[in-house]
Amino acid sequence: MKPATRPIRATVPVHGEESLAAVHRLVDEAGQVMGYGLVDQTKLITAASELVRNIVLYAGSGQVEVEEMDRGGQNGLRLTFTDQGPGIPDVGRAMQDGYSTGKGMGLGLPGTRRLVHEFAIDSAAGSGTRVTIVLWKR
Amino acid sequence: MAAATPPQAHIIPLDGILVVTLPPILGDSDAEHLAEQVGGRLVAEQAHAVLIDMAQMRMIDSHMGRVLNVMAAMIRLLGAETMVAGLRPEVAMTMVELGMDLGGIPTALSVRHGLADLRTRAGRSE
Repeated sequence: MKPATRPIRATVPVHGEESLAAVHRLVDEAGQVMGYGLVDQTKLITAASELVRNIVLYAGSGQVEVEEMDRGGQNGLRLTFTDQGPGIPDVGRAMQDGYSTGKGMGLGLPGTRRLVHEFAIDSAAGSGTRVTIVLWKR
Repeated sequence: MAAATPPQAHIIPLDGILVVTLPPILGDSDAEHLAEQVGGRLVAEQAHAVLIDMAQMRMIDSHMGRVLNVMAAMIRLLGAETMVAGLRPEVAMTMVELGMDLGGIPTALSVRHGLADLRTRAGRSE
């Protein structure tokens, strides 16, 4: 699981809250290999934490994939959070600040979007959810 | 993969102030027990304040923010006050961008500053 060689590519399953530590470790290691600064590293771990909690809260299980990106010489990490849960019926609304259906503070998705450079969400009622985030190295 | 026991919070009473030192990342089960532990110690030590030392914490997500808010509300109901000390700059910056605040919990630069501040407050109210 340890992304020792580049390009970084690793997947970690999410079964429940106990999977958070493994995701933290993976993202932490990948970020260190990439050489992110302290603020970016903290943003990446916090974003991963929010999105893993969403999986646990709404779907129960899923997976996180970490991949190194190279776009025209610019390097970054892409994190993909996938679950087969109930999905989000109204993605537009879920992306609004202060909106939450569950136990969250309503910061989860809109807050996480502010932490990264790229944020994409693919979800519909009954079809699971996939959230992809990218943080480029400055 | 064997799950290592995540580091826990440490609680030290210091002249009527409970100093709660949180580990780099607080496990969920420990976070849930934290308020219970702190409440118990607060009553046992007859403390007037709780100073939460977050200098080691590498990340505060909205779940951790909620845990802190719930704990501060409980501490207030017990008649004591809460202060958060030692937030790392990168953690504070990430919290701001996430849109999170600590619901009015006062903060201090470090445990040393927090202890001084809490003692001054206690002196004023006596």
